[in-house]
Amino acid sequence: MSWNGAQTNGEAGLLKLDHVTKVFTTGTFGGKAITAVRDVSFEVKPGEVMSVIGESGSGKSTIGRMILRLSPITKGVISFNGTDISTLKRGALKDYRRVVQGVFQDPFSSYNPIFKADRVFSMIKSEFFPGTSGPEWRNKIGLALEAVTLDPSQVLNKYPHQLSGGQLQRLLIARALLLDIQFLVADEIISMLDASTRIDVLNLLADLKGRGLGIMFITHDLSLGNYISEKTVILRRGLIVEMGVTEKVFGNPTHPYTKMLLASVPQLHRKWEEVAEELKVPDSVLIDREAAAKKAYETVSEILAPDAADSVLVETEPNHLVRFAPEEAREIEPAAVAGKS
Amino acid sequence: MSLQIENLKVYYRTLAGDVQALDGVTFDIADGEIMGLAGESGCGKSTLGNSLISLTGRMKYVEGKVTLDSVDLPVWDFDKMNRHRFKDLSIIPQFAMSALNPTRKIGKMTGELLDSRGVKHRDYIPELKRRFELVGLSEDVLGMYPIELSGGMKQRAVMVISTLLDPSLLIADEITSALDVSTQRAVAEMLVEFRERGFVKSMIVITHDISILYQVADTILVMYAGKLAEKASSETIINSPRHPYTRMLISSLPEVGVTYSGKRLAGIAGTPPALLHPPEGCRFRDRCPFAYEKCLEEPPFIEVEPGHYTACWKEI
Repeated sequence: MSWNGAQTNGEAGLLKLDHVTKVFTTGTFGGKAITAVRDVSFEVKPGEVMSVIGESGSGKSTIGRMILRLSPITKGVISFNGTDISTLKRGALKDYRRVVQGVFQDPFSSYNPIFKADRVFSMIKSEFFPGTSGPEWRNKIGLALEAVTLDPSQVLNKYPHQLSGGQLQRLLIARALLLDIQFLVADEIISMLDASTRIDVLNLLADLKGRGLGIMFITHDLSLGNYISEKTVILRRGLIVEMGVTEKVFGNPTHPYTKMLLASVPQLHRKWEEVAEELKVPDSVLIDREAAAKKAYETVSEILAPDAADSVLVETEPNHLVRFAPEEAREIEPAAVAGKS
Repeated sequence: MSLQIENLKVYYRTLAGDVQALDGVTFDIADGEIMGLAGESGCGKSTLGNSLISLTGRMKYVEGKVTLDSVDLPVWDFDKMNRHRFKDLSIIPQFAMSALNPTRKIGKMTGELLDSRGVKHRDYIPELKRRFELVGLSEDVLGMYPIELSGGMKQRAVMVISTLLDPSLLIADEITSALDVSTQRAVAEMLVEFRERGFVKSMIVITHDISILYQVADTILVMYAGKLAEKASSETIINSPRHPYTRMLISSLPEVGVTYSGKRLAGIAGTPPALLHPPEGCRFRDRCPFAYEKCLEEPPFIEVEPGHYTACWKEI
């Protein structure tokens, strides 16, 4: 079975999440249930970067893990080129891994320190390309390294500790490229890198989408998401609070949580107070210390009223969805209700 | 002047030789100044912070003078420094979240800490409760184990405990980097509030995130490969930096509103030099587009405008 088949047509999404929910059970006998992802639906097209932005515990990494088949889905369907990925077994699953790959946050722990870093390449060869001849394989590696702008003489035959974080992270992207991937899950891949090198990895991702690659860029940093992505999803405690075209989500933030995030992210040329004033975020939302002390809130964001279970996503303008409580939603435009929790 | 550091050199001992992590650093911090200390990993910023508090195992004091409120600090002597630690200068360590003893309740741990400094802990309990409330922690936290608190709560508890004796200088090492943006903002603003309320006189805030420093710091000191690159007011560092490294660093940072298709940013090619045998002259030379013959000599860190110091031959 091949993923390059006729199922793809220009308009269809490459990857589609349809009312996906993930529940983790904890406690000794699985007595407690934590809903990490709640009824999440979105679509990524080929050549598109989708940023999934959220704070810790928002479920952003869980979504990535479900797409990579590292974690089972509780409810809902994730489909890739029209096929439900949870039905894949053995050979079909391996074919899926040929086209969907992930790169994770910590480049240093992605490698085995005992072996040379380029062992990740030979593992791909023995697993996926056993028939390829030596020279042909070396040529392929050369092309992949060129795509991630690495000099082969500087990175091949080296141990992980001899390379920088940026080099290791780019090697992992090169490893994914060896597989002719169509979709990449990039989970916080630059948060461990230094400022002077992180922009290079970010530019690399942006260049890859020119090859028709779909990318899910998971981050907690709004400015990074804003830099490379066409579309943005803002997650809060497993629930999408706002999503749509990046310029609209950041240009016209509507949900109080999105505003709060934008007002909290440190900016280079504007002070926090200026941004808060512009977005009309009341100070009480930001730092209500007295309330926090009394109720022992974990984070400031919890002071915001929790989203009701029956809240709905409403399309406030084309390609811009915001979550509202049902009574507010009715006031906006009843016909535009896009999805219900 | 609250803190004066003169030509401080601290190396790390390794089997292969000395790693020159902090190589001749000279600067002052004024009373009430919050100084941000920024730089890439391995530039020596944490080494600078730690060397003022305690030199651990492999750290070797080579030379230099540290003066705090006109008193010389014996930074090379672990035992003599005991008199100053916590009272005159204090640190909120990197990974403050794991700085709490997991087997002690917060209140008991704080009491033991105070007793070990020769202070009666009972005298400080009301103040401790008052300050906990100020940062949004209830009194009950004193009776809890660290495992019962979230990351942000632990961070705030450590901040309060570290500053309980009103030290003159506080060193905050990467205290916001593991936090969510909303908590990050609250913690950063608390630092400023601690100064306003006089809990601490002046502060060194160490972080790799310059945009946080722009929000809270009065001045920013940029380090590169164990040396000082530039120091000026936050506004000047962000809006009109003079050292090529600072300029390239600032222009490589993505901001809200900047997009890949609109304005493609460029990183700095190359990597910082290894500090085991660092190159002669300016250490940024190999990555600097403006480098010329003069850069083979080491540039001095001098004042080019009032309050604006930089170490670059092109700017002198």
